[in-house]
Amino acid sequence: MIKDMVEVTSRPRSLVDVPLHYCPGCTHGTIHRLVAEAIDSLGIRERTIGVASVGCSVFIYNYLDVDFQQAPHGRAPAVATGIKRVLPDRVVFTYQGDGDLASIGTAEILHAAARGERITVIFVNNAIYGMTGGQMAPTTLSGMKTTTSPYGRDVRQAGGALRVVELLAGIDGVAYAAREAVTSPARIHRARRAVEAAFRAQIEDRGLGIVELLSTCPVNWKLPPVEAVAWCEANMIPAFPLGVLKDTTRSGD
Amino acid sequence: MKRILMKGNEALAEAAIRAGCRAYFGYPITPQNEVPEYMARHMPRAGGVFVQAESEIAAINMVHGASGAGVRAMASTSGPGFSLMTEGLSYMIGSRLPGVVVNVMRGGPGLGNIAPSQGDYFQVTRGLGHGDTHGIVLAPSTVQEIVDLMPVAFELSERYRLPVVIAADGILGQMMEPVTLPEPIAPPPPPDWATTGAVGSPRVISSIYLAPEDLERHVLSLMRTYQEIREREQRWEAYRADDAEVLVVAYGTAARVVRSAVDRVRAQGLAAGLIRPITLWPFPTTAFERSPRRWLVVELSAGQMVEDVRLALSGRAPVGFHGRVGGVVPSPAEVAEAIRSAVVGEVVRA
Ligand SMILES: Cc1ncc(C[n+]2csc(CCOP(=O)(O)OP(=O)(O)O)c2C)c(N)n1
Ligand code: SF4
Repeated sequence: MIKDMVEVTSRPRSLVDVPLHYCPGCTHGTIHRLVAEAIDSLGIRERTIGVASVGCSVFIYNYLDVDFQQAPHGRAPAVATGIKRVLPDRVVFTYQGDGDLASIGTAEILHAAARGERITVIFVNNAIYGMTGGQMAPTTLSGMKTTTSPYGRDVRQAGGALRVVELLAGIDGVAYAAREAVTSPARIHRARRAVEAAFRAQIEDRGLGIVELLSTCPVNWKLPPVEAVAWCEANMIPAFPLGVLKDTTRSGD
Repeated sequence: MKRILMKGNEALAEAAIRAGCRAYFGYPITPQNEVPEYMARHMPRAGGVFVQAESEIAAINMVHGASGAGVRAMASTSGPGFSLMTEGLSYMIGSRLPGVVVNVMRGGPGLGNIAPSQGDYFQVTRGLGHGDTHGIVLAPSTVQEIVDLMPVAFELSERYRLPVVIAADGILGQMMEPVTLPEPIAPPPPPDWATTGAVGSPRVISSIYLAPEDLERHVLSLMRTYQEIREREQRWEAYRADDAEVLVVAYGTAARVVRSAVDRVRAQGLAAGLIRPITLWPFPTTAFERSPRRWLVVELSAGQMVEDVRLALSGRAPVGFHGRVGGVVPSPAEVAEAIRSAVVGEVVRA
């Protein structure tokens, strides 16, 4: 009977009901949902401003029901700094890919962290440049083939995969740093908690909060969606260990 | 009205705060360091924001953020830093964001030197970045004019929703002159397009128009704004120009030297005058409707504005050029000589 029904899941209020433009099996959509859920559960939709970056997620502003500015490639943390400094009682977050944050935008993320900007950073690591068609990213695994590492990433020439949250966790201005994956319901549940914690670090005025989320790019990895998830589990998680690297609410940290 | 002695860079910063600017972002570079230094001291007292950015790239993007959040925001820099800002300026133009950027020009190319120059004329007037970009460019020639143009810069920037550049040079930034400061005004409330939190439906500030037809519509609307600006915002000053048989065109510091040179040659019986563009873009073409027999352009650069003068005259009279580069500023005697040569028909080149 209808009165006995319990709602177990529904579309978050902050997620717009339109079809996503992402490729089948791409986990950008899952991560959008996690951000929308955090915004809803913290009750901050009307005072949140997102900063979109340049990459496949550039159109995130079509999917989340909050104000947005779209930043130049890599500069989202600087745009977010400008917004947050003049509107300190609002909640400001960036959503950036690995090319955006870990390559062209390294100066901006590093110094936003160093200044302890009260912003939240959602960092999507799919080990490749999605939007431009599968070139090598700073996070590309050693030996991994991409269109610009056709013989596999040669560590001697191109270096190894850059682990960014480890770097950022060492900076005083960072209040929360974690890495999670979205490859299974259990992992998604942990990722949800991490995204919310990264928002809390900002809301509680403790510092910058960042979550790196290991994500799939089936199209450029040239794998069917299910195999892409398995590939992420088997290859990315060992190279990019999961867990909370820093949380200033925890004693002993 | 009280007159006080102020350095150009400091007067500029104070005038910006009095014009309601409440966010300044910058990175140190000579010859404009007094601007961030003044802002660091005074902006917090005015209830505004000062951030020393990690680069000029970051600084312009902070202006993007703050301006998009509805606050009067600015940055200042010099040549090399201005180059780094052009990507961000293009995004601001594409997203129709206001904001003021001061370029206290120094000698180039490359690191060049820190001496006064006007060598960034093409860079500021021919498009402030990639794509079909323009922004209004104001060129003061005294410290008082810097102060007077500051509120104008913010107002124009907001009226047309485009960045405004103030093109000064190392001499204007460093020199001390008496100024009268205006009464401070309260910052305007955020416009309705600003991203301040979606209480109603969300607002998006973006320069992306994926479909060619959509981007064409967007650029055509920008071009209509550019045309409106060309028709309405040309500014210049004419000095002893009415009866002049030779007109000299110069802006900023170069115009100050030309003014003295005009007085010199007038004293010797040569009817010279000065046209001083105050808007470098839009170029004040209206000032060129009446043409004397001869023209001379004087620049602290290698022949940049002279192209706009020749375009404005479209062959109606010969245009000579006299320029000094590398931070060298010509003397009034040198310019007076150039004016005399222009009249006898020689085109003097530095
Ligand atoms: C200054 C500049 N350089 C290069 C580009 C081209 N570009 C667009 S997206 C992108 C990389 C995106 O990769 P990533 O950040 O990993 O995001 P993904 O598409 O994988 O989600 C690049 C290089 C650009 N837009 N701007
Ligand atoms: S290219 Fe990759 S990252 Fe981009 S939408 Fe497709 S699967 Fe997702």
